[in-house]
Amino acid sequence: MEIVFFFEQVLNGLLIGGYYLLIALGLSLIFSLGGVVNLAHGAFYALGAYGAVVLTDYVGFGGALVLSPVLVGLLGVVFERALLRRFYQADPILSLLLTFGLAMVAEQIIRMIWGSTPLQYSIPSSLKGQIMVGDFIYSRYRLMMLGVVIAALIAIWLLLNKTAFGRVVRAGTQRPDMVAVLGIQLTYYMTAVVVLGVGLAALAGVLLAPLAGVHPAMGAEIMTAAFVVVVIGGLGSFWGVVLAAVLVGVVRGVTTFFYPPASEASMYVLMILVLLLRPRGLFGERIERFE
Amino acid sequence: MDKTFKTRRQLLQAGSLAGAAAMFGIPALVSAQSDKIKIGHLTPLTGFLGPLGEYGTMGIKQAVDEINKSGGIMGRQVELLTEDSVNPATAASKAQRMLERDGAVCLLGEINSASGLAISQVAARNQKIFINTGGNSDELRGKSCNKFMFHVEAANSMYVNTLGRALLTQDMVKGKKWYFLTADYAFGHDLTRVASKFLAANGGIIAGEDKVPTDATDYSAYLVKIRQAKPDIVISNLAGTQITSFMKQYSEYGLPFAVAGFGFDTALAWGAGADNFLGTWPVIWHHDVDSPTSKAFVAEFMKRNGKPPENQAWGDYLAMQIMAKSMNDLKSVDALKVIEYLEKGAQFDVLKGRNGYFRDWDHQLMQEMFTVTPKKKADVKDKWDFLKLGPAVPSANESLEIIAPTRQENSCNL
Repeated sequence: MEIVFFFEQVLNGLLIGGYYLLIALGLSLIFSLGGVVNLAHGAFYALGAYGAVVLTDYVGFGGALVLSPVLVGLLGVVFERALLRRFYQADPILSLLLTFGLAMVAEQIIRMIWGSTPLQYSIPSSLKGQIMVGDFIYSRYRLMMLGVVIAALIAIWLLLNKTAFGRVVRAGTQRPDMVAVLGIQLTYYMTAVVVLGVGLAALAGVLLAPLAGVHPAMGAEIMTAAFVVVVIGGLGSFWGVVLAAVLVGVVRGVTTFFYPPASEASMYVLMILVLLLRPRGLFGERIERFE
Repeated sequence: MDKTFKTRRQLLQAGSLAGAAAMFGIPALVSAQSDKIKIGHLTPLTGFLGPLGEYGTMGIKQAVDEINKSGGIMGRQVELLTEDSVNPATAASKAQRMLERDGAVCLLGEINSASGLAISQVAARNQKIFINTGGNSDELRGKSCNKFMFHVEAANSMYVNTLGRALLTQDMVKGKKWYFLTADYAFGHDLTRVASKFLAANGGIIAGEDKVPTDATDYSAYLVKIRQAKPDIVISNLAGTQITSFMKQYSEYGLPFAVAGFGFDTALAWGAGADNFLGTWPVIWHHDVDSPTSKAFVAEFMKRNGKPPENQAWGDYLAMQIMAKSMNDLKSVDALKVIEYLEKGAQFDVLKGRNGYFRDWDHQLMQEMFTVTPKKKADVKDKWDFLKLGPAVPSANESLEIIAPTRQENSCNL
């Protein structure tokens, strides 16, 4: 029977991995192309959740699921054009300071507008309930969430691998100078990547809003996990991030089963192990600019 | 025009110098002339206890405004210094600054027991009173008690005994299997320790215990475990925003087991919403408590903030009112005199049915407690109105002390 319980935790971990993936993927995209570590990523996740709370009254959960990431993405345009753009060539410490400060400012703005108290937000009644697979229990909402994550994943993979846009982004990640020589201006692509990245974070925020507390510090809560996933997966690697997210989810689930107090620490142990064996992460590419 | 300033430019220069001095150099000089009584208030405004600290701050601001409107303390206006306590180390240094540099006559507030302990040590060193309005740990009243610290917030034992009585009447104790979810820090550990003692004394069984990190947002792994353990009741000894996430996800998974929790703050249930709130919980005060002063407090709070107060707002409001009343009765802000007055068993209107008083040997406020359960959907009037308030515990003919820890259980040598 033990082994069945264990298996159930592994499957549950896969589900948790899905939501790490959404947050980490955007972070990885921005990092790979711009060389900027976006510490404000969690703020966009929180804004996505707050956007969902506000918008659901007008357009319902389905509408908010689309609209909130789009609006946060538009905010990403402003963020990239007005601030981030000035720091691509600068000392990395400056962009770290910028985004770290921005995360604090955003959290405080949320606190000033909506207060510290968690906002009420529940699973829409059409998605409530559980599905039993044999003796295993699944929440219907989480299965829907997994569907959305997989759909987003496929869309981004197609975008990066099957379109002209994706080719430029991938080339720009490796050799921005060559791309420039070919007469392609990377700045527009960078704006698009930031919009995509923060939009994904906002999508994660909307999806998590019915499950966790919607409160100002929610962005800070998920940031470290997102970084751990990116580091384990390796820079510039799409599948690395996917695998890392699933791994972190499963490892946390399994630790919760055996020794819950270590459930938060388990992902760091995983990160240390991966870095010892593969310093560039699981599938990290060699990016000359960062070596 | 004043002769000392020969030109407009000189006047401006002097003015800006004075302004700069006021800003940087000598604020003490400027404030020393004021006749105000300063009260220091520290509470976490950020982090997982931030939602509660926000209510505490609203509560104490209201108390100060009401006190000032009715003549202040001994005819002097009260000035509130209120700040985010952040963590124990920051709380201690801010407490020190408030007492030593700003000249606060006492300190109020806090929610985190560890920060409360740090503040109480600074207060004792400075021979000033600290009233703890939100730290529950028994240890603060026992091993770590000190002469200068008083507690408006109830001890963990009081919460456990209040809910324990309700669970006994629901027949959820004797021979029943309890599954604990414990917040993995001092408060949660203390709560589970006291609750396990209650359980053992009343013939219940521990089916399992999981310690949950304070920054955990996903409970699915715990819920899967609980489902496998098949307990009779799931006990939440969680804290802060943990409680909100737990309620939301417990109702998401729709597990069939009863739920109760020994640690509770109304704001966290409000965050979960009527759809997700479930179980039986102890509460120190609730805005439906039927007493004239409580109703007046609620009405004024609604007017100021557009929402009802929750229990932390009550705690900080009450601590300020108690301090002002004591100082006015004594006509003194002297800490030692106030301590003597409180230790002699001065009675206070604590916005509940019966008056409260501080026990002389551990400085714990003796008071009624309550339990809450979900209201019927049909009775819900607004988005804050889905908690049904139970009767006061202890009941009217019992001593207030029967729910509090005894000297043997929690010894304090003041």
